[in-house]
Amino acid sequence: MQSNPPALLERRATCPKAMWNGDYGFLLHNLIAKDFKVRYRNMSLGVFWSLLNPLIMMALLTFIFTQIFATATGALFPLSVLCGLVPFNFFSISWGSGTMSLLENAALIKKVPVPRQVFPIASVLANCLHLIIQIALLLLSIIVFGRGVNVYWLWLPVIWGLEILFVTGLVLAFSALNVFVRDTRYVVECANTLLFWLVPIFYSFSLIPARYREVYQFNPVAALVLLMRNILLDGTPPLASTLGRLAFSSLFTLCAGWLVFERLKKRFYERL
Amino acid sequence: MTLIEFQDVSKWFHHSGGRELLRTHIVKWFGRSRSRQERFYALKSVSFRLEEGESLAIVGANGAGKSTLLSLAAGLAAPDGGRVRVNGRIGALLELGSGFHPDLTGTENLSLNAALLGLSRRKTAELFDRIVDFSGIGDFIHEPLRTYSSGMIMRLAFSIAIQSDPDILLIDEILAVGDAAFQEKCREAMASFRRAGKSLLFVSHSAVAVRETCQRALWLDHGSVMMDGAVRPVLEAYEGRAALRQGS
Repeated sequence: MQSNPPALLERRATCPKAMWNGDYGFLLHNLIAKDFKVRYRNMSLGVFWSLLNPLIMMALLTFIFTQIFATATGALFPLSVLCGLVPFNFFSISWGSGTMSLLENAALIKKVPVPRQVFPIASVLANCLHLIIQIALLLLSIIVFGRGVNVYWLWLPVIWGLEILFVTGLVLAFSALNVFVRDTRYVVECANTLLFWLVPIFYSFSLIPARYREVYQFNPVAALVLLMRNILLDGTPPLASTLGRLAFSSLFTLCAGWLVFERLKKRFYERL
Repeated sequence: MTLIEFQDVSKWFHHSGGRELLRTHIVKWFGRSRSRQERFYALKSVSFRLEEGESLAIVGANGAGKSTLLSLAAGLAAPDGGRVRVNGRIGALLELGSGFHPDLTGTENLSLNAALLGLSRRKTAELFDRIVDFSGIGDFIHEPLRTYSSGMIMRLAFSIAIQSDPDILLIDEILAVGDAAFQEKCREAMASFRRAGKSLLFVSHSAVAVRETCQRALWLDHGSVMMDGAVRPVLEAYEGRAALRQGS
């Protein structure tokens, strides 16, 4: 094999565009269904795991912070924990599994010229199904044990939508990076462990020292938790400044993630 | 109409095999420059055209660049030099059945694969019975794929690809699929595919299959085109060369 190429081979390469013009909706539907079925087909409890996990964590954290560290007060503490757990679970699971989405679908990527973005996006959307189940659990608990419905609930779809955009951006960037640097998944796992403590899940936002508060709100997961508690527990309208920061960091992450993906995707075939 | 056109197409790979760890990247950032990595050329200045209704066989020894050529034609990889142009919908049969998931049933895999090949929901529903019929899998279609024999998986994959009715069919060494009866069925399906004026790009080590399916052949050796022309002379030259090598 020659390793010294003639200069003429280095001419600018052009590759065909729009090689795939299939049915995006049908493809996404199939990929999401695959994800869901593969995960739950062989389990007897199936989708109930989506409900069990946050409930068990909520019980555990409530026990620790009302009985052992006994710092938490108020009957609403379990609900406050749930307001933190549901966004955090969605975020960490989507980020982790989305990062692996390209590697897991390597066989498909090397076989069909579908736009590569569909794999990370389908992975996030598959997690949205769990999210919907968990949000239903959260809202139901609020209605039964908490303050009930108020008009600010209308903001919830907007806030969750922004969160999904944020995760999508993050997953696009990290799934692409993971193709080149296989250690990326461990970085993500590590970051998720750190975030469990850094996001106000089992403590209230007011306990955070004032000088950190501004920075905290740029973390969309923390902002989401804050807004959830605003709306669901306090019954106050979402703070415009927090909402603004959430929107800014979500859209910024989405654009950045998309650009990173576009830049890296040309070499996926060789690296997978 | 020209369906596929390669103009001076080159493709290289790094010797590292693509898999890199964080360590390699750090060494690269702080240490030596990128350009010192060794490359090898899978394709060197390859040019050819595939016209409508033509069927072209790619022959060559292992590692000659045949599969790389198919993956470039399918739009899976981008060329590092030159230009690849494709008109029409391509049905690629690369590594048959690799897109299947063992825990999904035949029906679910069929639907996923059809969507990946670019079929719409309605078209897939329309073709469903024909695909299952052709594959001869019968009631197994409702079972998870891990209960299938490898022959059955190949048959399902081939049936989806041929029934999806692409303009160009890329085939990577698959006529060894299934039993004699199914092979006969494949041959027939490909013949009627050609009669419909569609094109084939065909990679095979079997001279018999190549002669039967294609009028034209392209001989690749170490990434370069050695010969391009009618099937008989190209195959004779290629086989003569191979025999010479074995003799020496």
